[in-house]
Amino acid sequence: MIKILMKVSVMRLLAENLGARRGEDLIFTDISFALGAGESLVLTGRNGSGKSTLLRVVAGLLHPETGRVTWVSESAESGMRAAEACHYLGHRNAMKAELSVFENLSFWKEFFGDVEGGKGISPGEAAETVGLGGIIHLPFGYLSAGQQRRMAFAKLLVAYRPVWILDEPTAALDVNAESIFTALINAHLSGGGIVLAATHQPLGLENARELKMAGFAGVAEGRW
Amino acid sequence: MTALLLRDLKLSVRAGGGALIGVLFFMTVVAVIPFGVGPDLNLLSRIGPAIVWIGALLSALLGLDRLFQTEREDGSLDLLLMQEHPLVLTVLMKCLAHWLGNGLPLVIASPLLGLFMNMNEVAIGATMLTLLVGTPALTFIGAVGAAVAVALPRGGLLVSILVLPLAIPVLIFGVSASYAAVEDPAPFMPPFLILVAITMFFAVLGPLGAALALRNAGD
Repeated sequence: MIKILMKVSVMRLLAENLGARRGEDLIFTDISFALGAGESLVLTGRNGSGKSTLLRVVAGLLHPETGRVTWVSESAESGMRAAEACHYLGHRNAMKAELSVFENLSFWKEFFGDVEGGKGISPGEAAETVGLGGIIHLPFGYLSAGQQRRMAFAKLLVAYRPVWILDEPTAALDVNAESIFTALINAHLSGGGIVLAATHQPLGLENARELKMAGFAGVAEGRW
Repeated sequence: MTALLLRDLKLSVRAGGGALIGVLFFMTVVAVIPFGVGPDLNLLSRIGPAIVWIGALLSALLGLDRLFQTEREDGSLDLLLMQEHPLVLTVLMKCLAHWLGNGLPLVIASPLLGLFMNMNEVAIGATMLTLLVGTPALTFIGAVGAAVAVALPRGGLLVSILVLPLAIPVLIFGVSASYAAVEDPAPFMPPFLILVAITMFFAVLGPLGAALALRNAGD
């Protein structure tokens, strides 16, 4: 199983009054939450309700219309962006089809580097953990969609980040892989991590908070 | 950061990397000129440096649009943007890797094409040297165009058009330095040094502009 050594420290991911726009429309407004060590937040809601947009705002990939996201931690230097403490697993896997799985994972391991507070595991161990230890030498493009998704998930294990932002992590996965993912996410949480996930399927997380996204907040309130 | 450089170099020589495509295009462009112009050796040697430079410019522009687009398509760009490393440095590394994979082969192929154009040794040497110094500037300028057009599907031609006016000074000073090496009255050093200055200027400005464009691409 995954071994992550954790110092117990005060860390919080804070979002204050977040609002975001896609094109002309306000997708959501006034979303605030605070997540501490070991806490998770699951975003639910129908398609187009702004789950992915919220995750991208938290990951610093979209500029929020209002509000801000901050990361508080003992070890964080002042001025550290919240995004630097996050792993982001989006719809796309961020792996190169031309390179082997091993090359992909070791590149990300080296490029990510570890944030203070934990250590990543080696690419071989990470592939083993997601149940695909034997095919690490194959080009990423040769794998099936489910295997690719699992390897993309292994990317989260090769470098340590306290916050995991997961956008529909279980798409294209079989039941077995789903249970592996759930176990990994739970292990991350019990190690003092923070998980922010958008999903349609229940992830089976213990005591996860849920945030229901309504979508088109501006339209409902008559302001856009 | 070296990890990024090595990965991009690997990608440029693997299938679909496009390192060879640039050289092949370069060879095609320059190799057809003698057939079109005819077997006038004096004329060929006179226009030689200019033709080699134009060929190199066009092939350098050819692969530029893929610089950030491939990263965006598979989602890697998001992760590159999120890291602690300054984005300017990340872009600089990508430019260096792109130049090593796509620009350097052009420089290495240029002496062969110089022979096609009946250029003498001095002209071939001067053209190769000016290409070595000038092509990095093309990559740095192109990075800005590639970053601006990163979200556009089929932005390839747009990148070339955006970038071409900025690349003209590189062409002018590259060609004039190459000519100065063979034609006696003109001094070689002034245009060559200006070319060096252009490259160093864009080595700073290019990654800065590209990083700014990528940060604000926002989608």
